[in-house]
Amino acid sequence: MTVKPAMPESWRLETKPHKFCPGCGHGIALRALGQAIDELGIQDRVVFGCDIGCSLLAWDFFNVDSVQTHHGRTTPVVTGIKRANPELICVAYMGDGGGYAIGAQHLVNAAGRNERITVILANNTQYAMTGGQMAPTTLPGQKTETSPYGRDPEATGHPAKGPEMVAAITGEDAYVARGTVSKLPQLRRMMVRALQNQIEGRGFSFVEVLSTCPTNWRTNAKDTWEFLEKKMPAHFRTGELKVPAAAGKDEDGKKAVH
Amino acid sequence: MSGAVMAEKRVFMTGNEVVAWAAVAARADVMYGYPITPQNEVMHYWTRLAPKHGKIFLQTEDELSAGFATIGGVLAGKKCFTATAGPGNVLMQEPVSMAEMMRLPVVVVVMQRGGPSTATVIYSQQEVTLTTFGGNGEGFRVVYSTAGLQELYDHTIKAFNTAWRYRFPVFVLADGYQAKMREPLTVYDPVERGIEPVAPEPYVGRPGKPGADRPPGHYRNTYNTEEELYAVVLEQAAEYERVAPEIVEHEESGAEGAAVLVVAHGVVARAAKQAVELLRAEGLKAGYFRPVTLRPLPAEALRTAAGRAGRLLVVESAYGQFARLVRDALYGLTVDVVPLYKPGLGITAEEIASRCRELAASSARTE
Amino acid sequence: MERKRSIKIVVAGEGGQGVQAVAEILAEAAYEDGAQALYIPAFGVEQRGGVSLAFLQISDQPVAAPKFEKGDIVVALSERAVRRTRQYVGPETVFIYDGLAEIKEEELPRTARRILNIPAVAVARAELHPRVFNIVIMGAVIGATRVVPVDQAKKALEKRLGYKFEQDPKLRELNHRALERGVELVDGILKGGGN
Repeated sequence: MTVKPAMPESWRLETKPHKFCPGCGHGIALRALGQAIDELGIQDRVVFGCDIGCSLLAWDFFNVDSVQTHHGRTTPVVTGIKRANPELICVAYMGDGGGYAIGAQHLVNAAGRNERITVILANNTQYAMTGGQMAPTTLPGQKTETSPYGRDPEATGHPAKGPEMVAAITGEDAYVARGTVSKLPQLRRMMVRALQNQIEGRGFSFVEVLSTCPTNWRTNAKDTWEFLEKKMPAHFRTGELKVPAAAGKDEDGKKAVH
Repeated sequence: MSGAVMAEKRVFMTGNEVVAWAAVAARADVMYGYPITPQNEVMHYWTRLAPKHGKIFLQTEDELSAGFATIGGVLAGKKCFTATAGPGNVLMQEPVSMAEMMRLPVVVVVMQRGGPSTATVIYSQQEVTLTTFGGNGEGFRVVYSTAGLQELYDHTIKAFNTAWRYRFPVFVLADGYQAKMREPLTVYDPVERGIEPVAPEPYVGRPGKPGADRPPGHYRNTYNTEEELYAVVLEQAAEYERVAPEIVEHEESGAEGAAVLVVAHGVVARAAKQAVELLRAEGLKAGYFRPVTLRPLPAEALRTAAGRAGRLLVVESAYGQFARLVRDALYGLTVDVVPLYKPGLGITAEEIASRCRELAASSARTE
Repeated sequence: MERKRSIKIVVAGEGGQGVQAVAEILAEAAYEDGAQALYIPAFGVEQRGGVSLAFLQISDQPVAAPKFEKGDIVVALSERAVRRTRQYVGPETVFIYDGLAEIKEEELPRTARRILNIPAVAVARAELHPRVFNIVIMGAVIGATRVVPVDQAKKALEKRLGYKFEQDPKLRELNHRALERGVELVDGILKGGGN
């Protein structure tokens, strides 16, 4: 008997292995999402939207209807779908550039309007597909192609705290969390709860995923993991930031999983 | 939906109101929009009509969002439209490019205002270049330039069918004058007149489990290789050229043997038409040509008309945007093209007539 | 009765003077009377706190351009409106203003064919109600042009204000009076050969 890697049922076998770089966090984030879709049994109702940047490589990743656009416009595209057909479960998947920079207005306003959609945002602290430029999430001192001497907070501010912002501007019906690709079970739970918030018609849900980019970080496996596990959490605290009262406790019985 | 959505009747309303009614008559389901003058009242009327007719509306955070949400609604299988103007039309080019790339039917109503930039909220024909060829693409879209409120009604209804039949983005290009003016027109249910609305189909969320019962709908507008994109664009070009003859529309009168052929579009064409009638009453051989579609342009008809005329007077409330389209269509002909450009300003029949008289007099002197 | 109509009207005044209502009701009346009518407000950024300007064309033929160079009738109800409308006054124009509206004599457009001083404010205050001053002006425009029958104007008023008239029938009477007084004022001037 051969042991196959457990692949979520909602993944599309024909497009695997996927196109992400070795060590990239997208595959893990999308595994968590795939598992959540499977667990909730919503494969026939999910519409997956992905953005420009590395996330666009996921346009044919799932056996679910998918649409790809750019510049954080995935949020209004899935908003348009959801409003036109509320039966569908709409997911917008994007990077930190799309969500916090060029398409920030879409994230802010979709959250503010409490759109019944789920936004999943991969934070890998820089623009990956364009070759590693500084992003709103770049850490202080972190070197990128457009901050070659390290990000200087004096000049370009501090790393953007997306979930904290979304939590601050949403009502009590929103679900907001930050997970990491280093803790797959927790990330999967967050995705389930985010999707449930939409399925139950409560409101907006948002999960930021701390992710990896060894290609642009120019890190080996050990340093990649260290950046993800040590450096990023110093700025980005993982856990649930907002859980609607109606959603109850998560399965561990804890309100927030830090 | 069946049954008449409205009884045929004579009404006296503003253009913005006309658009909202026409969208209802065309069985549009959804409007996503963002406030910008002079199209605001399209949204105002739509939001008032929406609950009575089971329609959807969302005021988005900007025109990017309005356009992309419109695409989303179309993907979900609904007839969606949006309306914009000026700087909003600039932003709208980004979603329309996506619709163009993905061959999605969207309807965008544009009420041109002055440009560049903020400029005036009043009127112009300065969004011709943007609307016909905006975006980072080839301009595979349909642009109807209306010349009054009856046409605005007729062509807004037609825009939905053109979009859903051919799957190219369709613009209804009007202007601040048409948006805000009030004049008589007849509203009607197109179905009662034998115009069957083309039914939309969902791209996402069709029945069945993707991968098991049916293949998933995977819609992208990104390509890996030059060759891949090249093939897609060529296919689109071929399709656009194939359907163009079915779409082009124009209006002309007295072109044959005209000493001066006045060429105009949109609301300016009304003044041009009246000027030509005035001149002909005076015995001056004047003709009139008006493309109703600016994309695709009725180039063959224009070349034929121009070939029979002494010279052309191109009249527009812009500085040569429309004339560029005209000259491009006339390439190779030796006919003299004289401009009458009034960027951002209304043009009257009297002005056009007096320019024609000058031209006729100067031709007579040189003969 | 065969009537040949083709008339271009500009009405201008300060915000709140009811300038747009005058043009809109006249347009509605003309439309109901079977004419081609095209009404367009000037709606620049100026509409907030500036001169309010309305363009109206009534004709038996389809109207060509929404705006025009010279009006047959130009009504200006404030000094700023006089200045703003000067470009629309030509040698064929009948210019209507209200002498009480703080308009200096030297500001009046001397190029006009005829200048009519209609004391609409005074008449409205003394005989009617200050609020119907714009309806007096509307009556004056009808008096000067006969572009729509008074009855048709009353019907258009009914369409617009009928719901208010239902609550207070005196308002209907007041508006009808204002309309008729406007017509009379112009008739009086034209017959008397004044101005």
